Amino acid sequence: MGPPDPSAAPSTVSSPGSLAASLSEAVGTEHLRLGGSGDAVGGFVPRFVARPVSTAALSALMRAATRHDLAVVPSGGGTRLSWGPAPERVDVVANTKGMAGVVEHVAGDLVVVVRAGTALDDLQAALARAGQRLAVDGHWPGATVGGLVAHGLSGPSRLGFGTLRDLLIGATFVRADGTVAHTGGKVVKNVAGYDLGKLLHGSWGTLGVLAEVVFRLHPRPPASRWVTATAGTPAGASALVQAVVQSQAVAVAVELDRPPQGPAALTVMLEGPSATIDARAAALGARLATAAHSFATSPRNGSSPICLSDLAPPWWGRLPVDPGGVLIRATTELDALPLLLGAFDAASEATGLAAHARGSAGVGSLMLGLPAGAAPDAVADLVSRLRAGTGRWNGSVVVLDGPPGMLGTLDAWGPVAGLELMQRVKEQFDPGRILSPGRFVGGI
Amino acid sequence: MTPMAALAETLRSALGSEAVIDDPQRRRTYECDGLAHYKVTPALVVLPTTAAELATVVRACAAGGVPFVARGSGTGLSGGALPHADGVLIVTSRMRRIVEIDPSNQRAVVEPGVVNLDVTRAAGPYGYYFAPDPSSQQVCSVGGNVAENSGGAHCLKYGFTANHVTGLRWVTPQGDLVAIGGKAPDPPGYDLLGVMVGSEGTLGIAGEITVRLTRSPEAVRTLLAGFESTDAAGAAVSAIIGAGLVPAAIEMMDALAIEAAEAAVHCGYPAGAGAVLVVEVDGAAADATHEFDDVMRHCEEHGAFELRVAADDRERALIWKGRKSAFAAVGRISPDYIVQDGVIPRTALPEALRRIAALSAAAGVRVANVFHAGDGNLHPLVLFDDAEEGQAERAEEVSGAILDLCIELGGSITGEHGVGSDKARYMPRMFSDDDLDTMQLVRCAFDPEGLSNPGKVFPTPRLCGEVPGRRSGPHPLVSAGVADSF
Ligand SMILES: Cc1cc2nc3c(=O)[nH]c(=O)nc-3n(C[C@H](O)[C@H](O)[C@H](O)COP(=O)(O)OP(=O)(O)OC[C@H]3O[C@@H](n4cnc5c(N)ncnc54)[C@H](O)[C@@H]3O)c2cc1C
Ligand SMILES: Cc1cc2nc3c(=O)[nH]c(=O)nc-3n(C[C@H](O)[C@H](O)[C@H](O)COP(=O)(O)OP(=O)(O)OC[C@H]3O[C@@H](n4cnc5c(N)ncnc54)[C@H](O)[C@@H]3O)c2cc1C
Repeated sequence: MGPPDPSAAPSTVSSPGSLAASLSEAVGTEHLRLGGSGDAVGGFVPRFVARPVSTAALSALMRAATRHDLAVVPSGGGTRLSWGPAPERVDVVANTKGMAGVVEHVAGDLVVVVRAGTALDDLQAALARAGQRLAVDGHWPGATVGGLVAHGLSGPSRLGFGTLRDLLIGATFVRADGTVAHTGGKVVKNVAGYDLGKLLHGSWGTLGVLAEVVFRLHPRPPASRWVTATAGTPAGASALVQAVVQSQAVAVAVELDRPPQGPAALTVMLEGPSATIDARAAALGARLATAAHSFATSPRNGSSPICLSDLAPPWWGRLPVDPGGVLIRATTELDALPLLLGAFDAASEATGLAAHARGSAGVGSLMLGLPAGAAPDAVADLVSRLRAGTGRWNGSVVVLDGPPGMLGTLDAWGPVAGLELMQRVKEQFDPGRILSPGRFVGGI
Repeated sequence: MTPMAALAETLRSALGSEAVIDDPQRRRTYECDGLAHYKVTPALVVLPTTAAELATVVRACAAGGVPFVARGSGTGLSGGALPHADGVLIVTSRMRRIVEIDPSNQRAVVEPGVVNLDVTRAAGPYGYYFAPDPSSQQVCSVGGNVAENSGGAHCLKYGFTANHVTGLRWVTPQGDLVAIGGKAPDPPGYDLLGVMVGSEGTLGIAGEITVRLTRSPEAVRTLLAGFESTDAAGAAVSAIIGAGLVPAAIEMMDALAIEAAEAAVHCGYPAGAGAVLVVEVDGAAADATHEFDDVMRHCEEHGAFELRVAADDRERALIWKGRKSAFAAVGRISPDYIVQDGVIPRTALPEALRRIAALSAAAGVRVANVFHAGDGNLHPLVLFDDAEEGQAERAEEVSGAILDLCIELGGSITGEHGVGSDKARYMPRMFSDDDLDTMQLVRCAFDPEGLSNPGKVFPTPRLCGEVPGRRSGPHPLVSAGVADSF
């Protein structure tokens, strides 16, 4: 089932004037403007940028888009709109920043209902006043909760609390044809009906536009500590990871940072009562020292390689890539981590690309950053070298971001199990292919 | 030969005769699940032994346009495994192999018929367990857990089945076996696992399941606290949550539920209590002790007149025995009862209990309350005597009114037992037509012919229609040569 036959595309042509009228009627004249080069997505300058300020306006916008066969790309903060292959076409960017704010926060229920265009930072600030948080420990200025859910990435604390997928308990979203639908609810425990929130999480704006989301919350921890050890080899890094996850340390995060040259830092985050946290951190430090020692290739002049801190390292929760660089996500079974890290090294050496690995080693999901200016051929070569090995660690390799143009020339997603079912889901939700067409797996 | 007899023949030659049951007497033993007042005898019962056989059965059903229903251990409480009179019941009870316990990857791979507790038993020696712990865990299957997205007392801290499934080998309603996810995280594409888990058998059948194993906690501390009233116990729960504590479990029982449990298992709960709380704290030993002290203090401050701390595993088991046997125990104090399952926002607990008491008094029907207080999941047990004229109807009314109350308070019609046959008619009270229609788009994507557990979850099936861009071949019934037989 490939992309649809282009000759089957509707031939209706609407004049720009009548289109503008139709869209302004939907969202209000003051919330519609013409697109400019700064609004381009994947090289396409959209004809319009709409900024609906309510779910009803968003619904009207999608109805109009369906009527006129306009391709719509939803956006939040626009911080990562470049990710993924370019859409096949872009007529309207539907910016959700006008749909912001906390709708309801019942602290006693540890639940918040929030509009999709709300910046994560604003949400966290509001929750902090009640001693609570959404348990994603990243500070990503400008990113909206809708954009975060749509991209479905994660921060370090996914080991302890799961990803947003696990924290999302309900959603209101607008389908391609404008239908407003709800899924889940406002209670954490709820098995009534299919959990469409999980389907929307990580759907990259291709199934529906999120209008409101409901998250379960966690109390802010009384105290946090970060324990860092270093490892010179992939096997050493993996031994540290196993030493933590197989222990009783109850780590909330186990993150790895491995610059192109130089050893890997493995940092573990602990949370808990102030009275016990230092003792727990010290015990974990000792455990890591033992594990590190058994892998040390040379004595370290007696200095302890373990560092205890009440601050996160500067790289914590940040992507290992500079603007213009290439970002790749690679996953593995936990105990095959050395194979994946070894494959990074081999591919990096073979292609001459300096690769910076970082991410959630404790769950087997890492990001790989390549420098800006990397040659597309070399990147494609590196990706195929990594993919050639995925059978050995049962993971996947996905190219999330790269310079414009590059993402169109390589297979960003690689093999996708269940693709036919996914395509059938897309056909049901968006039969006209107007929501970010072509951005997602298998040309979805 | 009838089409069903032909199907039986086909499956017998593919799976062996012991895998196919068509004898009416033996078929009848499968007529209901844990919700025993719904009964339908299936036209055929098939017991595959591997995922490939499971796929063969489904493929044969799909070819013949025959509806099929999956069944694990049949403990479901919403009639989800209620058979279809003209359909095949596919039972996983011969698929009980634990394929792999893999501690270094923190995963187990199991066949769908494996009993929930057996996963924990097998993982225990490695210091791991399978976190979802429904009270039925000694019997219910992991496949059933997947279908119902089951939880248990400890899901307050550890989440539900959905949070613990990382891979599925799934038999689609067309009979294809697809592998989604595995031991590694973040498979690319839509989160199909997220909709398969909790789909109650309506999107296909789990043929093999990869689950996350959780490290057994270093320390577990369990407390039984007796209170004068459910209001006092509820206030203690609010204080515990409000203080930022996250116990592994907080369970509450009211006086009537305590009386029943006492009669059945002699758990020795505090005499004269209007309510008891069972609170469990686990984690790193130092933290557990610390948090446990806080929990005890909050209970005392809110009027607990007796605090009993489990000194060892035996005492801990005794505390839990009262709670875990509560459903069955009600049989000691009432000939018949309905187990209800609804959810309210936790902060609405006092109001919900007051209004349930009022409903009970007005109808003259006793209601015993057992619930997961930490997350607002109520299990009111509505007691009645079927021998007495009109009692069953009144109990049914009270039970339904409790669900309406849950919806009104912003909760859900089911927290863990699922919608199944029983609650499909309540779905429109919680969701709009558009919401239900949208959910059914997923159904249409997976099962356009509507053969996989038809009639469950949704009150009215959606016509899937022709999807634009998809080739429409001959109707499967026609191509299978059985169109005129059905
Ligand atoms: C410096 C920096 C570092 C970051 N590091 C990390 C990290 O380590 N881990 C992590 O998880 N995140 C990280 N993020 C956050 C994350 O990668 C993106 O910022 C976030 O996914 C995008 O949010 P946005 O609102 O800017 O969305 P946009 O960039 O506007 O959109 C992102 C995608 O979501 C879609 N989308 C947006 N809104 C909606 C909606 N309402 N409904 C449907 N689809 C929608 C878009 O079509 C697009 O495909 C980081 C962000 C920054 C700025
Ligand atoms: C005393 C008692 C206590 C209980 N306590 C709890 C509790 O604490 N928490 C809780 O969540 N539930 C509880 N339940 C309900 C029930 O045990 C769970 O729903 C359980 O997960 C059902 O498993 P089962 O194997 O018995 O499934 P069944 O009853 O056989 O089937 C349940 C549903 O799953 C489908 N199904 C079965 N196997 C598969 C498969 N392989 N693939 C796809 N679909 C399948 C069936 O079609 C049906 O819709 C309790 C039940 C009882 C009787």
